Amino acid sequence: MSSITKVVQKAKAKGNGALIGYIMAGDPTPELTPKIADALIKGGVDILELGLPFSDPIADGPTIQAAGLRALNAGTTPLKVLEVAKQIKQQHDVPIVIMTYYNPVFRLGVDKFLGLAKEHMVDGFIVPDLPVEEATEYKAAAKKHDLDTIFLAAPSTTNQRLTKIVDASSGFLYLVSRYGVTGAKTTVEDSTVQLIKRIQPFTAEKIPLAVGFGISTPKHVEQIIAAGADAAIVGSAFINIIQNNSPTMNKELQATAKALKAATKTAK
Amino acid sequence: MKLSNYPIDGKYGKYGGRFVPEVLMEAIGELEQAYYKARKDPEFQRQLDYYLAEFVGRPTPLYLAENLTRKLGGAKIYLKREDLAHGGAHKINNTMGQALLAKRMGKTRVIAETGAGQHGVATAIACAALGLKAVVFMGTEDCERQRLNVFRMKLLNAEVHPVESGSKTLKDSINEAFRDWVTNLETTYYLIGSTMGPHPYPMIVRDFQSVIGKEIKAQFKQKTGGLPDALVACVGGGSNAMGTFYPFEDDTSVKLYGVEAAGEGIETGKHAATLAAGSEGVFHGMYTYVLQDSNGQIQPTHSVSAGLDYPGVGPEHSFLKISKRAEYTFAADKEAVDAFLTLSREEGILPALESSHAVAYAMKLAPKMEKTQSIVVTLSGRGDKDVQTIADYIGAKI
Repeated sequence: MSSITKVVQKAKAKGNGALIGYIMAGDPTPELTPKIADALIKGGVDILELGLPFSDPIADGPTIQAAGLRALNAGTTPLKVLEVAKQIKQQHDVPIVIMTYYNPVFRLGVDKFLGLAKEHMVDGFIVPDLPVEEATEYKAAAKKHDLDTIFLAAPSTTNQRLTKIVDASSGFLYLVSRYGVTGAKTTVEDSTVQLIKRIQPFTAEKIPLAVGFGISTPKHVEQIIAAGADAAIVGSAFINIIQNNSPTMNKELQATAKALKAATKTAK
Repeated sequence: MKLSNYPIDGKYGKYGGRFVPEVLMEAIGELEQAYYKARKDPEFQRQLDYYLAEFVGRPTPLYLAENLTRKLGGAKIYLKREDLAHGGAHKINNTMGQALLAKRMGKTRVIAETGAGQHGVATAIACAALGLKAVVFMGTEDCERQRLNVFRMKLLNAEVHPVESGSKTLKDSINEAFRDWVTNLETTYYLIGSTMGPHPYPMIVRDFQSVIGKEIKAQFKQKTGGLPDALVACVGGGSNAMGTFYPFEDDTSVKLYGVEAAGEGIETGKHAATLAAGSEGVFHGMYTYVLQDSNGQIQPTHSVSAGLDYPGVGPEHSFLKISKRAEYTFAADKEAVDAFLTLSREEGILPALESSHAVAYAMKLAPKMEKTQSIVVTLSGRGDKDVQTIADYIGAKI
């Protein structure tokens, strides 16, 4: 069992959901990312998702687009992101997942990139513009380097496709909560709750089910864990704090993570 | 294997494919099925033929440019007059076809990206004709440069969404259109304007644009009894070139030349010559040549013609390049402007700056060929939209 899956199982054994925190590596600078990660992990983030910035992020809303732009302007390169990941891993025993688009991986060479990622202690990858049909080379390289391949499922995914996606996934399945792009929303729709209930039987006993896109408050976390998700993915809520870059940023991040983590425990 | 049999499983050799977020996979699959059904349906073909003839004004003429031919003293130069199609460019061939498809699929809202505004205008025209709601994404930088086209789209009852993200140009308007599409899948049809994006778009756009090449073939045969020796077309995303080339892909005696925008020169880095100076990558849903840095970040482009200002290229062009069926070359801003001025003076035709790149290359090619040979240049659009740019470039006051 991968370290990612283990972390979720451990939380589950205690009756909790896992909290997955997303930040853009290099936002506002590559030097600050380990400190931000430190605050999130202290606050209770169980798995850290590190965004690797790409110039044309078609699955992201304005918040994460802007974070990516800040990171690129700060000189963040794929190699710097891997170095940041390693720095974090040397301080914390927390699984790290890289989330990026396919082109930066492809450009460096899929096998080479994944090999380097493993050397930098990365645990898995999420590539939102790489559907299972196009993922043969990537899957083989991930297997060779013992990395988890986290694929995404969406509200439009049919049961038939879902089986394929679950089979190709390791670590967890990333369920996109709604039609649309990443970004904080005020409420969790009933349709998201129904979606989790539809997907859950496909992942049960196989792989943890994590839900993301629009999850930004403790109430949202509570709702999706109660609906049957094993983990909640929160991104834009953290990035909204980071973009203000205030002197109390790390305190705010830690407090936000703490409140979100607490919500995974109150969920039934 | 005949080249015209591609795509096979959505790919042109290794290029093409479908690199999109999972949420779109089902919709793209539905689009593919709907398109294959429509393509086989005589009623759909009849509707399309009706609009192409009665509304778009097809067939467009294949005109022998005698003055230019005489001046250059080489091969005969024929112009495929897409500038005479409704809207002033070849773009309408595709928007009419896809808008009919959208309607057939029961979609009520059509979204499109646009750079210079030509595809946006062509989308607005087709949607107005068919009673569909059109929403066009356009970078704020482009909105400023092409204010007239923004107003033109509004007059045609389209809604224009200025795009503030990224470089605020064409590639960002495509990103934004994808983001809208994933949010409004149920009601919305994404009408892509070039032979790019995830499969089946490069095929659909090529098929609708191949009316250009089919007409060239028939018209040339009627005029001369044979086939032309060379076809020349400009390449941004590559739709007018693909439409020109495709019906000739298996006629190996016909040389195919695609002309990209070399901007201020390939060596300056300020260009949009993706096939000449780019490398393989995955961008906007397709595996193809792209302009990128060593870290896989997509690079900004430059061309005097906004319609060629794109850092990717249709996957079928990448395939024709590496299979050596077509030759890809380029023309710089200055050469395109010179060709614009020459064609205007010699033939009484103002070509679009995009098409001027093709004219520029044909002017180099013709003198090297025999007088008995023929070149067909696709004049993808008219140049009225570019008059201000030309004036600025040559320092003239209007």
